[in-house]
Amino acid sequence: MSEPVNMTLAQARDAIRTKTISSRELTGAFVSAIEAARPLNAFITEAGEKALAMADASDARIAKGEMGALEGLPLAIKDLFCTKDVRTTAASRILGNFVPPYESTVTQNLWDAGAVMLGKTNLDEFAMGSSNETSHFGPVFNPWRAANSNANLVPGGSSGGSAAAVAADLCLAATGTDTGGSIRQPAAVTGRVGLKPTYGRCSRFGIVAFASSLDQAGPMTKTVKDAAIMLKAMASVDPRDSTSVDLPVPDYEKLMEGGVKGLRVGIPREYRIDGMPTEIDALWSKGADWLKAQGAEIVEVSLPHTKYALPTYYIVAPAEASSNLARYDGVRFGYRADGARDIVELYEKSRGEGFGAEVQRRILIGTYVLSAGYYDAYYARAQKLRTLIKRDFDRAFEACDVLLTPATPGPAFAVGEKTSDPVSMYLNDVFTVTVNLAGLPGISVPAGLTANGLPLGLQLIGQAFDEGTLLRAAQAVETAADFRARPAPWWRTA
Amino acid sequence: MSVDKDTVRRIAKLARLAMPETRLEPMAAELNGIFQWVEMLGEVNVEGVPAMTSVVAQKLRRREDTVTDGGQADALMRNAPDGQDHFFVVPKVVE
Repeated sequence: MSEPVNMTLAQARDAIRTKTISSRELTGAFVSAIEAARPLNAFITEAGEKALAMADASDARIAKGEMGALEGLPLAIKDLFCTKDVRTTAASRILGNFVPPYESTVTQNLWDAGAVMLGKTNLDEFAMGSSNETSHFGPVFNPWRAANSNANLVPGGSSGGSAAAVAADLCLAATGTDTGGSIRQPAAVTGRVGLKPTYGRCSRFGIVAFASSLDQAGPMTKTVKDAAIMLKAMASVDPRDSTSVDLPVPDYEKLMEGGVKGLRVGIPREYRIDGMPTEIDALWSKGADWLKAQGAEIVEVSLPHTKYALPTYYIVAPAEASSNLARYDGVRFGYRADGARDIVELYEKSRGEGFGAEVQRRILIGTYVLSAGYYDAYYARAQKLRTLIKRDFDRAFEACDVLLTPATPGPAFAVGEKTSDPVSMYLNDVFTVTVNLAGLPGISVPAGLTANGLPLGLQLIGQAFDEGTLLRAAQAVETAADFRARPAPWWRTA
Repeated sequence: MSVDKDTVRRIAKLARLAMPETRLEPMAAELNGIFQWVEMLGEVNVEGVPAMTSVVAQKLRRREDTVTDGGQADALMRNAPDGQDHFFVVPKVVE
């Protein structure tokens, strides 16, 4: 243990339990690290004072022998989770001053387990983006830079602030949300672990809604074991979310033991896309070899509708978003434009000034595909495609237990590189989006570096509510990859 | 199918989004780029395929039809851009 901030969540849990460190000491170290890392712009709201107060309360509980599953452990929370009395912005001007009078179920579960909140992390506005560049609060920079370069790279998105915070050791772990890849893609390009659970595993109550049939909360962590620990604490059966599935939350740490001997790992041939960089292809093959060497059986499978997943997503997600975001009208909460002469102008101006360009684009796409005359051609067709994509997975899982794929089509790219072409930006999610459409769990695990020193991840996809097997396979990849590279701390100001 | 400036104006109106005249043309071009790409869905035969309604097989949970929350008017008004007592204030709706 060199520095407290370098510990994994599991190590810190041990240190707290053995009283090697107090929550106050641990939390103080992270509060300082966050203050010294402001050039990354990972946080929209730092909550240092609150964090220290929570740490003191935790130390008091520890002294009394009360020990929650995450007792005293400091975490960062994506600024899409409503936190009572702490500003929650969704990285949008329209919620710029919103202070929720309630707590999201996922964060409440974390505090009930004894965790400490360090602050709220930056993201793409309303989680719409793959680079964290659509945030009203400015872009987040990836802690990683290419070898011999000072160019700022994106941390992926939409959970870019959480990814950067975990990558730069500004928290032990963070929460993210994943609608089309927003946990797994940023985790992959920052060299960390990102887990999107099965749809319905974590409650959506109190999470600012983007696309309700796809949104799912999950952990972003330093290790696969940490992801298991976090998921256990985040997941619950919640009467306040009708899509929260009524299944007991298992002990994922226990389920991930046992190795991959005899596990059938599917390699979907349609994921070998045109123009895939050789580095990605090579890493993918290596991943299969790693699993094989540990006793897994590699089988080729087919997911024939893979190429239709992204266009399907870009109908379904904007349709749901245009409906969800109708609530922001400048009347009950959020930004209100000045000088409106009547109520309709108040709506139009508040929304026109309050939403950024990408959010407006998606609201318009959604409104269009749901409008009279286009509904069948676009929305109804996309929902049928979604059935076909789900059937592909059902069929593939007859022949295998988990799937192995690349996590992203490339490493982190430069800030500004893809902002002018929406479709090229959308393509970042080509390997992750199918999982959301089918409601399955997926995890990205850091697996190697590009020739110029940037992290790449591999993705594993599991069957619904079989996170245990998924974590088991992910740990096998993690063990074999033995990814230890760390970014040089160029951002540190003090 | 191609989206023009007038279509953007119409859907912006439906979406209650004020859009400056100068943004209409560029937005039409951006949307066309996206819709052209989405057109590939047209090549799939979806005859007889049911539309997805729920990604996880489950029955909607029901609960007793009873009041579980309420009396939160003060908390709710705290984020109101303009309000008096427990009312939201907006520009005049009826002349």
